[in-house]
Amino acid sequence: MKTVVTLEQYVNAVKETFVMMAVSLGIGGVIGIAIGIALVVCRPGGLMENRIVYQILNPIINIFRSLPFIILLVALIPFTRWVVGTSIGTSGAIVPLTVFVAPYIGRLVENSLLEINPGILEAAEAMGASKWQVIWHFMLPEALGSLILSFTTATIGLLGATAMAGTVGGGGIGDLAISYGYQRFDTVAMIVTVVMLIIIVEALQRLGNYLARKARRE
Amino acid sequence: MIELLDVYKTYERNNGNIEALRGVSLKVEEGDIFGVIGYSGAGKSTLIRMVNGLERPTRGEVLVDGRALSGITGKELRKLRQSIGMIFQHFNLLETKTVFENVAMPLVLTGKKRHEIRERTEELLEYVGLSSKARSYPKELSGGQKQRVGIARALANNPRILLCDEATSALDPQTTLSILELLRRINCEYNITIMLITHEMGVIQKICNKVAVMEKGQIIEQGDVIDVFGNPEHPTTRSFVESVIQTTVPPSILQSVEDVHRGRMFKLKFVGKLASEPVIHDMIRRFPVEVNTLFATMTEIQQTMLGYMIIQMDGRPEDIEQAARLVAERGVLIEEVRVP
Repeated sequence: MKTVVTLEQYVNAVKETFVMMAVSLGIGGVIGIAIGIALVVCRPGGLMENRIVYQILNPIINIFRSLPFIILLVALIPFTRWVVGTSIGTSGAIVPLTVFVAPYIGRLVENSLLEINPGILEAAEAMGASKWQVIWHFMLPEALGSLILSFTTATIGLLGATAMAGTVGGGGIGDLAISYGYQRFDTVAMIVTVVMLIIIVEALQRLGNYLARKARRE
Repeated sequence: MIELLDVYKTYERNNGNIEALRGVSLKVEEGDIFGVIGYSGAGKSTLIRMVNGLERPTRGEVLVDGRALSGITGKELRKLRQSIGMIFQHFNLLETKTVFENVAMPLVLTGKKRHEIRERTEELLEYVGLSSKARSYPKELSGGQKQRVGIARALANNPRILLCDEATSALDPQTTLSILELLRRINCEYNITIMLITHEMGVIQKICNKVAVMEKGQIIEQGDVIDVFGNPEHPTTRSFVESVIQTTVPPSILQSVEDVHRGRMFKLKFVGKLASEPVIHDMIRRFPVEVNTLFATMTEIQQTMLGYMIIQMDGRPEDIEQAARLVAERGVLIEEVRVP
């Protein structure tokens, strides 16, 4: 079988994918954790109950969560251009990827934090912990294992989204699969990229499981 | 030390209000081990949470060390809570932290220096007998050990009050005993006032000096443990006392006894020194009555003996009458038991 894709192209694609994932996961992760914490502490009966924040944040997250990434990518073009000066290339892809992953992580973090045994939070309060101490010393450490699994899920979801970044010339493994494997009928490229994606997902999941087990002291 | 003045607590729920506390007043003195007993839903959990402000009264006032809690918020409230330790039925330890880190947590929160934290934590672990488990995680401990960690953690900031929320309810009887023994030691050695809630009368019997019995958000009976045990007035209190000291004989047995023997049945109660005096012996020697002991029990509450006895007396009616009077004169409480 004939293939035109060189090894260098594969290496570059992997690099681009990892850059897109790392940057958007870094920024989106921080925003997402903040959103998740805000949702949990502001909710009715929460640590810093705040109806206004909760009722604004909640629907906004739902709006972003309801858009498929390909649509978000296009809809955000003006915003992307405003932030990074361009709407194409790897940096053009990072902005929509971040906007995509932050609310997603926010929801996952919210779920993780809600799983914490309320008794532990009560004990924290009884000890005279301040609200920030409750979050830092009790909520986050107790939810760590679950948070790591949430991040694993988010990272894998993000990998799927990077495949669409090719639409704006973002490059990456997904882009390679579409432009060579699909549009130029390069079956070898198709198979190689699929196998690469499978390996990456598998590796991420295993790493996440391992770290979560460690965090849970199992 | 702790005072509740006519405290009401109403929870507003969609399907109507729930009145958890309805006019509760009580006073815990310094050095007391004050027990609150009641069935689940009686309002005990709400009551104990009033003391460190985890729950706020809808009406009424809570005083700790003479200070009204209603005026305390924010930083001051946190400071107050640091001087009140609390332990829980399900221990509420951080699963992701070691025993050492769990015990050290209150010290970390108050911003103690590293070496102070180490010293104090080691001292506490030593005190509760868990020095060897410092590096273990709660998951690796038994229930009793977990509660010891909880106790060490509650003592970290040298509190003057310790609140125990059903602290032994999840433990087996043997472990319960050892935890109660530890609580008693804490009360004596550190002069920490203890307030506990429980549904087990055995806990009250073993370590409390004062007790309040709760039902439907109200205190139906309270006082010194020996008095409440010796003379329970409310039916609920009686059934709690019955759960640890049997003072009555089942009706069916009474019936069968009466069918066989003639004579009258009496219930005798001995409190304190009386329990060791040969009252029955004297009675038999003075009067020609035949005594058949159906039931006898003795128990110790607050270093005071409390004994119950059910006897059957046969003989001439006037002899029985005089015998009973003699027993009463000696200070033993005597009442006739009638077969229902």
